[in-house]
Amino acid sequence: MQALAQAQREAVLRILEAHRARPGALLEILHGVQAELGFIPAAAVPVIAQELNISRAEVHGVVTFYHYFRSHPAGRHTLRICQAEACQSMGAAALTAHVKQRLGVDFHETTPDGRFTLEPVYCLGNCACSPALLKDEELCGRVTPERFDELLAEWQRDS
Amino acid sequence: MSALTYEIYVPRDASALSLGAESVARAIAAEARTRQIEVRIVRNGSRGLFWLEPLVEVVTPAGRVAYGPVTARDVPGLFDAGFHKGGAHPLALGNIAEHPYLKTQQRLTFERVGVIDPVSVSDYVAHGGYQGLRNALAMSQAEVVQAVTDSGLRGRGGAAFPTGIKWKTVLDQNAPQKYIACNADEGDSGTFADRMLMEGDPLMLVEGMTIAGLAVGATQGYIYLRCEYPHAYRALKEAIAAAYQARYLGADVMGSGRRFDLEVRLGAGAYVCGEETSMLESLEGKRGEVRVRPPLPAIKGLFGQPTVVNNVITLASVPVIVAKGAQHYRDFGMGKSRGTLPIQLAGNIKHGGLVERAFGLTLKELLYDYGGGSATGRPIRAIQVGGPLGAYIPASQFDVQVDYEALAGIGALLGHGGIVVFDDTVDMARMARYAMEFCAIESCGKCTPCRIGSTRGVEVMDRIIQGIDTERNLKLLEDLCETMLQGSLCGLGGMTPYPVTSALKHFSEDFRARARDH
Ligand SMILES: Cc1cc2nc3c(=O)[nH]c(=O)nc-3n(C[C@H](O)[C@H](O)[C@H](O)COP(=O)(O)O)c2cc1C
Ligand code: SF4
Ligand code: FES
Repeated sequence: MQALAQAQREAVLRILEAHRARPGALLEILHGVQAELGFIPAAAVPVIAQELNISRAEVHGVVTFYHYFRSHPAGRHTLRICQAEACQSMGAAALTAHVKQRLGVDFHETTPDGRFTLEPVYCLGNCACSPALLKDEELCGRVTPERFDELLAEWQRDS
Repeated sequence: MSALTYEIYVPRDASALSLGAESVARAIAAEARTRQIEVRIVRNGSRGLFWLEPLVEVVTPAGRVAYGPVTARDVPGLFDAGFHKGGAHPLALGNIAEHPYLKTQQRLTFERVGVIDPVSVSDYVAHGGYQGLRNALAMSQAEVVQAVTDSGLRGRGGAAFPTGIKWKTVLDQNAPQKYIACNADEGDSGTFADRMLMEGDPLMLVEGMTIAGLAVGATQGYIYLRCEYPHAYRALKEAIAAAYQARYLGADVMGSGRRFDLEVRLGAGAYVCGEETSMLESLEGKRGEVRVRPPLPAIKGLFGQPTVVNNVITLASVPVIVAKGAQHYRDFGMGKSRGTLPIQLAGNIKHGGLVERAFGLTLKELLYDYGGGSATGRPIRAIQVGGPLGAYIPASQFDVQVDYEALAGIGALLGHGGIVVFDDTVDMARMARYAMEFCAIESCGKCTPCRIGSTRGVEVMDRIIQGIDTERNLKLLEDLCETMLQGSLCGLGGMTPYPVTSALKHFSEDFRARARDH
């Protein structure tokens, strides 16, 4: 297990301090850590466990239960493509295949340039504008393969 | 605001943003500056006519005139046409309130969504907001609970349990602390009513939860929001801060001396956390494993205390009931399904969006009169009602009415009111496989029939799709479904058989005769 860098450790402690007084705040703390560090480093688990006075296994169990939390570094952006029924009815499978081919990665993988991590998601509440995807916090609707190429060009210009 | 300031509405609703509403708002602001026209841009919710989004509205003496769908490129032309005064333009839709999709609706819960500035308390109050809370403060706790019972309101999250009875149970408990937990996990594909309401009129949810808190004696509320909804998260945070500021939340609600505190908590991408006991585990900061019942959450819920768990739409229906009376609400609907239901038309549908009507409309009216048929223009072959655990319904049954009992009568369920439409290119064996796969991905792991059965289900469906030993595998599939139905603790494992067996029953040709796949 890689030790936490000093800055990471400080961030984790700061987030813990901000939430500690709130009952049942473990998910909030994990959200905070992932938002700040991009993932939840294995070495953060014992720190969180100790500060909250719960077992490491409990913290680890929570991190692994939820699809959103990840234990490994990811790309600078996360692309979540909806795989659920409404998006399927409008071509999500073809869109997904296109995106995988364009980025050269499968789900849960990161592009070699470190720009994008690709994840599946099950409904984004955009089911009247399917197929949908979420880039970080930017929601996109009616994403045809052609539209995806336009979006990708925009994103590559921006970063 | 000077007389020459034009008021323009551009939605902040996530779906509208997903189609470019942000760049439209920016283009309008920039173009107005260049032309030295003074505008006030209000970021409203969506009216729920998504094929017309981004839908821009301007305030004119003749009402709110709409234009849509607008792209940033259209904006200079719109100004040339004097759209800010309601001028004629190819994208003009006239007075939006007169649009047939809206005019024929019965919007009680969605009355203000798309109309007001969602995070402005003064706008909310100017449009009738907080009248329910005002009334509730003048009533006894038992009277408020009775009003909710008399309204006939049943939970809109899926199980359709009478809300008043649940509240009465919590009211009757003697406990040091009680809670109101709003289920905003909205995980069903084809549903977005909770999201639209939280983005378009979040104060109505805040008011509903406050009334619930006063009614049952709970001083703390939590909204459990799925993390896939970042826009709703922002709107809720802003609305809650505004409500605290205006003293509609906190230690002295509306000067009554009574307390109600409220905060939003984020989920982390687990469908099962929409199940109420799993949600409570998650709110406590744990793995979202389903609890064995009894005890009911109303008796031992969050942190072991009596807890009202209700869906967003259930809680948002309460202010109207308390403001206008139980009878007013009850007068809508049919049989044991009282009031209105926000139905969501999704997937392969031409006019996708939100239709709030009294119970009793037929599927046909929804799909064709409102929905305009499929988006692709091909025949509609199947719909799935009620999310990923809901049954598939073939076109031959589209005459059935939308009502809890009527749908149950054909082996289907209404759930949270989402309808996902598929045209005749759909492969129903693949949809059945997906139902099993989804269950395998999302199972909390507590019961074997769900955890293992769904994985076996995917394998069996793979063989059926490949045309291998079809009849034997179909038999296996039916046995698996029976085991899951009987041996699961919660609806995820227990209801996954609905989409699978309904697909097989109504579309068996997609399961048999798969030789073409070789
Ligand atoms: C697997 C599963 C997922 C569920 N997801 C949700 C959900 O996302 N939102 C919701 O309100 N209810 C959901 N429910 C229903 C809840 O368990 C519960 O019945 C509901 O929150 C109660 O509120 P209501 O009476 O206002 O409907 C789900 C149930 C199951 C079995
Ligand atoms: S049916 Fe599935 S999701 Fe529900 S409690 Fe059992 S294992 Fe968990
Ligand atoms: S199913 Fe894809 S956004 Fe809802």
